[in-house]
Amino acid sequence: MWNLMLRKFKMGRLTEKGGNSLTQQKSSIPSSFRQSLQARHLDCGSCNGCDWELTALGNSFYDHQHFGIDFVASPRHADLLMCTGPASTQLVMAAHETFEAMAKPKWVVAVGDCAVDGGVFKGAYASANGMGEVLPVDVKIPGCPPKPEDIINALLEFMGKR
Amino acid sequence: MLGLREYLQSFHSCPGTVIIEWKKQEAIVEVPSRDLPEILTYCLAMKPRPTWLTHVVNDERQLGRGFCLYLVLHFPGEDFSLTLFAKEIIDEFPSLASIYPALNWSEREVQDLFGLQAVGHPDPRSLVLHPGWPKGFHPLRKDYKVGDERNEFKRAPLVFPEMHGDGMFQVPVGPIHAGIIEPGHFRFYVNGEPVLHLEAQLFYTHKGIEKLLEGKSIKDGLRIVERVCGVCALSHGLAYCEAVEKLADVEVSRQALLWRTILAELERIYNHIGDIGNMCAGVGFALGNANGSQCKEKLQRLNLEFFGHRFLRGMVVPGGVSSIPGSQDSQSILNRLLELSKDFEDWIPLLLDHDGFRQRTVTTGILKAENALDFGVTGPAARASGIANDWREHHAHLLYPELNVKSMIEQDGDACSRLLVRVNETRESFRFLDTLLREAIKGPASEDKGTTPLTLEKFRQFAPAWGCVESPRGTDVIWLMLDGEDKIYRCRIRSASYANWPAVPLTAPGNIVPDFPIINKSFELCYSCCDR
Ligand code: SF4
Repeated sequence: MWNLMLRKFKMGRLTEKGGNSLTQQKSSIPSSFRQSLQARHLDCGSCNGCDWELTALGNSFYDHQHFGIDFVASPRHADLLMCTGPASTQLVMAAHETFEAMAKPKWVVAVGDCAVDGGVFKGAYASANGMGEVLPVDVKIPGCPPKPEDIINALLEFMGKR
Repeated sequence: MLGLREYLQSFHSCPGTVIIEWKKQEAIVEVPSRDLPEILTYCLAMKPRPTWLTHVVNDERQLGRGFCLYLVLHFPGEDFSLTLFAKEIIDEFPSLASIYPALNWSEREVQDLFGLQAVGHPDPRSLVLHPGWPKGFHPLRKDYKVGDERNEFKRAPLVFPEMHGDGMFQVPVGPIHAGIIEPGHFRFYVNGEPVLHLEAQLFYTHKGIEKLLEGKSIKDGLRIVERVCGVCALSHGLAYCEAVEKLADVEVSRQALLWRTILAELERIYNHIGDIGNMCAGVGFALGNANGSQCKEKLQRLNLEFFGHRFLRGMVVPGGVSSIPGSQDSQSILNRLLELSKDFEDWIPLLLDHDGFRQRTVTTGILKAENALDFGVTGPAARASGIANDWREHHAHLLYPELNVKSMIEQDGDACSRLLVRVNETRESFRFLDTLLREAIKGPASEDKGTTPLTLEKFRQFAPAWGCVESPRGTDVIWLMLDGEDKIYRCRIRSASYANWPAVPLTAPGNIVPDFPIINKSFELCYSCCDR
């Protein structure tokens, strides 16, 4: 226990606070969503690079929760569907069902080059060329994979916090 | 290889068996497909028992060879690999899955993607292509051109075994899961709490990468191969480059070998440490998870700073590495790693000595050694069941022979053992990196830029070659054949996850459903490089 506390003190604060301005900027979403956004991840055939970067948002350096962003377990609780991957054919139905299960208003984010336009997988026989062919995409975050700070920044911008 | 060659030569002294090539470390032997079961049985009875590297079917009808089957076995004692090659397959071949269950999935995949029949297969259900694709859709046949089939796909019910009885339930989970994880469908057959049987239906993220690769240049191929899997990107790329270099008969320079080894070990530690953290997440142990993910983040930032990519993509190229950090950078990398290894030793006892954590992981999800052998399980999952199969120990490549790698094994085969294997391997990797970086700091002995240019005319055409690398999850094997224009003719990707997934359902019975997350995370397999 003592060791643990000592370690904690030595380590200090890791979370990076950059970019979270409290004065509201322009945002297209209703004001009640600007302080807190609940996101649901949907893997639609990604190589898992983008998924791991989404996971990384939860580590002590980025800590998405301190921006009011959280990942939820059910689409029923989600405002935001964060999609990774080019939309592999065998998942398209599941993607539709996930989107249907969300309450309105809802938004779709395409995370990574694959989700934006198919990336390197353009033209494969069992995949679409990006999530846009399957769901109405509102925000695009390019990169292969986008860095965690790019994802956070894009979300903050969407919320009008930047 | 003592005995094996004589056996194959004398095999029925039948004209179908031809030794195409026999070198010290590698051989290709052509056999009639009907004799494969007998030959494989003989090979598997040898001591130490060989293991499969890959199983490839290729449509070579344009070359007048019909469909061809390549089965690559590796004999660990002698570091010898044998490719059994059967040609002129028309529409069926004898199934080997009952002799060697490791080939179960691969043969089912061939049935789906080539429309050939594996005669006598114990479980001939479709695997890669879910029910719902148009009839006669066999995309890996060369005469298939990518068309509109994906729009015709209509999801149909999956086929699962039935189970009846008092108090029996089926618990379906997935394909979309409640977290940031990849998609797969699991069906638990339970009676009360304990699981009686588990069916895993994967391949939701199947995109058709192997078809996509056909006709691509070597460079474009590398870009795609590196994106088959996010977290084993380097291993896949490296295996691919090794295959390309074999086809070009190129030896890479010492600096390239050095940096490739460093990169492979960097990939291992960031993965292992991340996976240790994730196992903690699997039982809701936030402290362990936080420490693991912090450490992983620091390592990935190091990757970004010195190698330009958090997942180390773009570093390995055919012929060498794309850039080499100077002595000063090497020194900084070393300093950072020393710090991180100290930090690792600081927090790892938190989990290893934690009663609650031990209770959840000890005796959970046991993989028996004989199952691991039969299913050709690779990586930490096999080593936790007492199988010393580290590819770095058994195959002389990169700088591993100088590092004197030993397989880190545990005997119990449970989730805790898999964790311990990772912990020990991480320690070893830190040690290797220390040695390697000290050499890097000294700089190259002579002019050595780390790349050997490949001249295009030299590639062997329509010849098979494989590359294999021990990724954090086990061996990743890339099998490659180039066509007359140095474009990819066939590239088969057999990842560690592909080899290990069939063994995961075996470890669930007897455990309770809430233990499955920790079992699953203790294997920490990817879906993407399995599904491709
Ligand atoms: S964008 Fe890149 S990292 Fe993301 S899923 Fe696609 S290939 Fe993987």
